[in-house]
Amino acid sequence: MPIMNIKKFSFTYPKTEYPSLRNITLPIEKNKITALIGPSGCGKSTLLRAMNRIHDLYPGNKYDGVIDILDSQTNTRKNILDIKKEDEFIKLRQRVGMIFQKPTPFPMSIFDNVAYGLKIAGIKNKTELKDRVEDSLKGSALWKEVHDRLGASAMGLSGGQQQRLCIARAVALKPEILLFDEPTSALDPISTGAIEELLVELKKDISIAIVTHNMQQASRISDFTAFMYLGDLIEYDKTENIFLNPKEKQTEDYITGRFG
Amino acid sequence: MEKIFQKLSLTSASIVFVILIAIFFTLFHASKPAIDQFGFDFLLNPDWNKELVVESTLAMSDEIVDEDGMLFDEDDEAETITIYGGLVPIVGTFLTTIIALVFALPIAMGIAVFLAEIAPKNISNIVGIAIELLAAIPSIIFGMWGLYYFAPIVADLVGGYQVSLLTAGLVLGVMILPFMAAITRDSMNTTPDVLKESAYALGATKFEVIKDVIFPYSKTGIIGSIILALGRALGETMAVAFLIGSIFVLPTAINSPTISIPVAMANNFGEASGLGESALFYLALILFVISFGVISIAKFYFLKKAN
Amino acid sequence: MRLLVNKIFLALSILSALIGLAFLGWILSTLFIKGLSSFHFNLFLNDLIDGGLRNLIIGQFILAAIAAAIGIPLGMAAGIYLQEYGRGKYTTLIRDLSDIMMSAPSIVIGAFVYAVVVIPTGGTSGFAGAIALAIMMIPVVINTTDNMLSLVPRELREAGIALGASKYKVIIDIVIKAAKVGIMTGILLAFARIIGETAPLLFTSETSNYFSLDLTESFPSLTVSIYDLANEPEESSRDLAWAASFILTVLVLIINLAGRFITRNKEN
Repeated sequence: MPIMNIKKFSFTYPKTEYPSLRNITLPIEKNKITALIGPSGCGKSTLLRAMNRIHDLYPGNKYDGVIDILDSQTNTRKNILDIKKEDEFIKLRQRVGMIFQKPTPFPMSIFDNVAYGLKIAGIKNKTELKDRVEDSLKGSALWKEVHDRLGASAMGLSGGQQQRLCIARAVALKPEILLFDEPTSALDPISTGAIEELLVELKKDISIAIVTHNMQQASRISDFTAFMYLGDLIEYDKTENIFLNPKEKQTEDYITGRFG
Repeated sequence: MEKIFQKLSLTSASIVFVILIAIFFTLFHASKPAIDQFGFDFLLNPDWNKELVVESTLAMSDEIVDEDGMLFDEDDEAETITIYGGLVPIVGTFLTTIIALVFALPIAMGIAVFLAEIAPKNISNIVGIAIELLAAIPSIIFGMWGLYYFAPIVADLVGGYQVSLLTAGLVLGVMILPFMAAITRDSMNTTPDVLKESAYALGATKFEVIKDVIFPYSKTGIIGSIILALGRALGETMAVAFLIGSIFVLPTAINSPTISIPVAMANNFGEASGLGESALFYLALILFVISFGVISIAKFYFLKKAN
Repeated sequence: MRLLVNKIFLALSILSALIGLAFLGWILSTLFIKGLSSFHFNLFLNDLIDGGLRNLIIGQFILAAIAAAIGIPLGMAAGIYLQEYGRGKYTTLIRDLSDIMMSAPSIVIGAFVYAVVVIPTGGTSGFAGAIALAIMMIPVVINTTDNMLSLVPRELREAGIALGASKYKVIIDIVIKAAKVGIMTGILLAFARIIGETAPLLFTSETSNYFSLDLTESFPSLTVSIYDLANEPEESSRDLAWAASFILTVLVLIINLAGRFITRNKEN
């Protein structure tokens, strides 16, 4: 049962004539990692950013089709493209978190960073905050390194640590889905490896969608892969099939490095 | 809460617009009596606060207002009325500004070149700060220093009065110097390094790179800085007040004392009333419109910033 | 030949820099020499009526502080609107108008406040002077807030929104915090600028020989008094004007350097 279903989804940026995404249909499976791959400009980040409606920071977009998300309590599905009201946007983003390519620590202490989402969600109890921050930092493999300096500024952490901090910050809200937009492309190989391990751990509780231009990364960690090109979804399948036995010629060309 | 915040910030932003419109309309309204009385002749008439015999002035205008702003009546017993003409301050404003520009331009360009291309980084930083400190000095200080230290030297060199068009213009030049230098330097720094390196790679000297690559590239920014400095110089009051002489007489030579619009306002607003006050507002309006125009030209034609 | 031209040009450029520095040095040394020679600590204890500067220094501060209390919140709110909410032609217009106002003649602003505050209220007042200074401060604060906020990377805002924060929370908790140092520097520089202003005060709040905290009357101003004192024939007035000029300049330069120091510190 996919936690999110993308059905015939098209997207056009404001003041643009042609859609950047055309008729995309693909599931995001629960507790699995789904990778979006493709050459620059294929629309993979655009698609990812539609899943938490962050495009709506910049008004004027045109949406077509459906992106529905499963409500595990009521077992019903809700089309997130219908959301218009501020508080519904907020609820969506508390369920669908996002990590960016450049680590984005807030100008505050490590503790305050991780607690930020919780505080704005209304959690004020100091003990609860402390516990949840600790859990998240442990869950992001950062606790050991920062537990003795939670009050220090987050800006003093290394790139890899900052990115893990951002993951901890997002995880603290206990989201159902986490969206990763090229999370390791700005990091060194060792930090990259640490984060890849983290993602495989996280998928036990969270469903993950990751955009990556690094095919090896996709084949290493993802369960399902979607190959996109110029705004179309070319092929979607289990990762082993995509990489060992692609059905479309374009997919094969990309995988073998003939373009992109 | 979100909506309140948004509305509050929008209101604050609109205040700028409101103030600007308010300034324009207030000045216009307050200068209306003078505008009605003198019209555009105000711009060409060198007589300020001059008493004229009635008959000759009746020939100039149908409705005459006396010093208290009251409409002149044929039954009025006064034989003279006072007229105001803004030519002298207008001329003074323009001439001081031009003198300032001519004086400051080569020095400012030289400083900008020094800061942008010649000085090594740490010297450039220190000298840059020094130049910015020069810009931070309040204008009244320039007036004090100008009057007691600079003006006597100028008067010794050139002869004539210490308070004059020339000394005012030169001190004004020193005041706009740092501003012009800073903006020119910033413009020059936008030249891409690859462009400069290509020229050096062909064997060009520093002078040639500056002349043939950097200056043409940053030309619009440089011209913009000059015009903007001009706009600021037009409105400068205190330094000029100390040094220009403050008399409503057209300058006969570069070292004659005269007056400028800001100085005329500074000296006379306190005691003015009626038509005289209105005439001062008329001058203020003229200054405002001209400054606004000059600064706008600088901004829109030359200083386009990528935002 | 080319090399000679180059050398001459370089020499001229260095000469210009020296000239610029020379003027700065000349003015500062003049201030120090003349100012220090007329300086004594009683200046801080007596008011102008008794030959001191106390009421003027305090008065100038109060006027600038009130102007800042009005100008900083308004300017920051407007700057936030321009950078964070504004889109389209109206925003561009406000931004441009504010930019132009930054270079507008200060005496005209004084005339404006004279017409809308002094005349209707029947006389000069500290309020009028403070308002004139506030009008001068607002565009500068707008400009600095706008620019400093634009330097905050887009992703930081998106990260805040992605956690479910509403836009104003992102602005207050994250964006302004990230731009905090730059904005503070800009505000300090703006404050330094208005505390040294004379023209807007000349006929709005004028000055006073006495110590006063009454903003409804003419209010003591260091800058306006320097002008008055310099125009008096007595030598003692002139000396006092120099002492006042010295104190004013030291004040302005300290605030200016403090602003730069903050930026330097943060960069380390």
